[in-house]
Amino acid sequence: MEQVIGNISVLAAMPIFNLGLLIDGLLVGSIFALAAYGLALVWGVMSVKNLAQGDFIMIGGYITWNLGRLGIDPLLGVPVAMVVLWGIGWVLYRTVISKVITRDLFTSLLATFGIAIVIQQGLNLAFGPDTQSAHANLPTLSFAGGLITIASTRIVGFVLAILLAIAVILFMKKSRMGQAIRATAQDSRAARVLGIDTEKIYSFTFCLNAAICGAAGALVAVVWNVQPFLGTTYSIRLFVIVTAAGFGNLPGVIAAGFGMGVFEQFGGFILGAQFQQALIVLLLLAVLAVRQLQQLRVRQAVQ
Amino acid sequence: MSRAPSHPLAIGLLLLAGVAAPLLFPAYTNQVAVLWLMIVFASTWDILGGQMGYNSLGNIFFFGAGMYTSAVVQIGLYYDVGMYTSGARTTHIVFTTAQYFTGFALGTVAAGVAAALLALATSWIVFGLRGPYFAIGTLGVAVAAAELISSWEWVGAAAGISMPVFPGAPDTQKLFFYSLLFGLAVAVLAFLRWLYSTNFGLAINAIRDDEEKAEAMGLYTRRYKRTAWTIAAFFLGIAGAIFGNMTGFIEPRDIAFPTTTFNIFMILMVLLGGKGTFWGPVVGAVVFQIIKEVTWTYFLGWQFVALGLLIVIIVVYFQQGIVGWLMEKYPARFGISAAPKERKESSRTIGLAPHPEGAE
Repeated sequence: MEQVIGNISVLAAMPIFNLGLLIDGLLVGSIFALAAYGLALVWGVMSVKNLAQGDFIMIGGYITWNLGRLGIDPLLGVPVAMVVLWGIGWVLYRTVISKVITRDLFTSLLATFGIAIVIQQGLNLAFGPDTQSAHANLPTLSFAGGLITIASTRIVGFVLAILLAIAVILFMKKSRMGQAIRATAQDSRAARVLGIDTEKIYSFTFCLNAAICGAAGALVAVVWNVQPFLGTTYSIRLFVIVTAAGFGNLPGVIAAGFGMGVFEQFGGFILGAQFQQALIVLLLLAVLAVRQLQQLRVRQAVQ
Repeated sequence: MSRAPSHPLAIGLLLLAGVAAPLLFPAYTNQVAVLWLMIVFASTWDILGGQMGYNSLGNIFFFGAGMYTSAVVQIGLYYDVGMYTSGARTTHIVFTTAQYFTGFALGTVAAGVAAALLALATSWIVFGLRGPYFAIGTLGVAVAAAELISSWEWVGAAAGISMPVFPGAPDTQKLFFYSLLFGLAVAVLAFLRWLYSTNFGLAINAIRDDEEKAEAMGLYTRRYKRTAWTIAAFFLGIAGAIFGNMTGFIEPRDIAFPTTTFNIFMILMVLLGGKGTFWGPVVGAVVFQIIKEVTWTYFLGWQFVALGLLIVIIVVYFQQGIVGWLMEKYPARFGISAAPKERKESSRTIGLAPHPEGAE
């Protein structure tokens, strides 16, 4: 407890630390926002809640880490991970996801939970349980007389995440395929009547989401680290973000992604790193409780 | 299955197996004891998941909470818990026979009560949630508990607690815990059999079939949901206390709150056996336990991959479960007299079946 108060007083006494945490939070949050957008996409289009989302990210991370071990620049891992994850997404869609879309929501939740376990254990068997990180040889920048240090890999990650997010958003808004996806999300029956092959849309959306996760995972491996069982934490984070924002609310998802990054940086600094995971889960419960209070008000109004 | 025939043969077989197993196969006493635990898991999960239609991913929370409550009570009666957990790894602390059994009995009761109270407390958060949000919310509760316990020094944090040692020979210990788990399983099944035959059973079925309608008919659904959740929690808390003492060592992530093993086994067993049926969870638990023991022996290292695949296969291809499939095949044996396709609805409307032409 004293340590927590001590940490808070450090933040109060040295405002510049706040700025450092804020910047770090935003840089990390950009990756969350990217992956959360993928989750919201699948959720909105085919109402499948993908609990293996975080594990897709980990696969992308391990691809990048392996490329780094082979001496290839880890930033090249981004396109490679996207292509590989696209393939994995397609296989999973064909074998599992396509069969659970029409079922109740718990079925898809459980099926993707099963996929998550297979991926976690597969990664654990293949690469061992150690924490790994891909090093891109970039310098660490320091500002304000060394009080703020920012790894330039994080800036690169931030820029890439933003570029990718813009590319995906433009694709969704402008391209024929993107319009078809949005039409299917709005009303799949009407979309079918108008001649859209919704089966193809579902498959494409799931693959696109997997590829987005691959890119996010590559960035995670560069700016942070990967470990076979970290995926669950990411899945919960993304779930918090999308639940807080609402899956149809794109700017909300992105804002909540940044918010999550900042929240985690401050929480980790104040409470200590060992509470990080607990903090995320408690945030999930808090978000669910708040949502419920809102609903309660609506219900009372109706009564 | 409140109106179903009583299946005396199945009940007799179950009791006979329970008594005979440790006598015939003493080498497998622990495995069979775990099977009874699995039956408790599956049957209590089915109260919410099958009968009430609320699929929880976090029932393991009560198991772990019970385990830790009993540990704290058992140790706290005679020693300072903080000292015990920090010193247990270096010094040997002895419990006398009387101390052990008093502590164990009080700890088990406390575990059930504490788990039930926690269920009441958490019901406020989780029961406003529906469908997948409920599943994720309950999973969140379980993961949060595991994480918080892992960083709580007073109860040994991630390093766990060594439980008091059983005063007696290993064989006596095995038989002792076997009989407790067997007794618990029988108690749970008997209680649920009674519960499902009351109006309470019908009410939670109504919530499963259509919650809005049930509410409109005047059922105070929130109270039913809270009670069902508390019942499940009570039994799981007791199971946790017994299992914690049986293993002799407890630890938050893999033993008390194992979200990816026991927690998911509960759901798998119910789906495998047949959701929303009385015997489904029992059959599922037996079949699953056999599959698990085989894969754990022959696919060592790959067992969790096999588990994940099993989840996907059961969920995608075999969701009606063994008993569900049997009910469709031989409806008459289960006291269903309407067309098998209207299984869920018609089992409740015998005599006034909406499609009399389909009746046998």
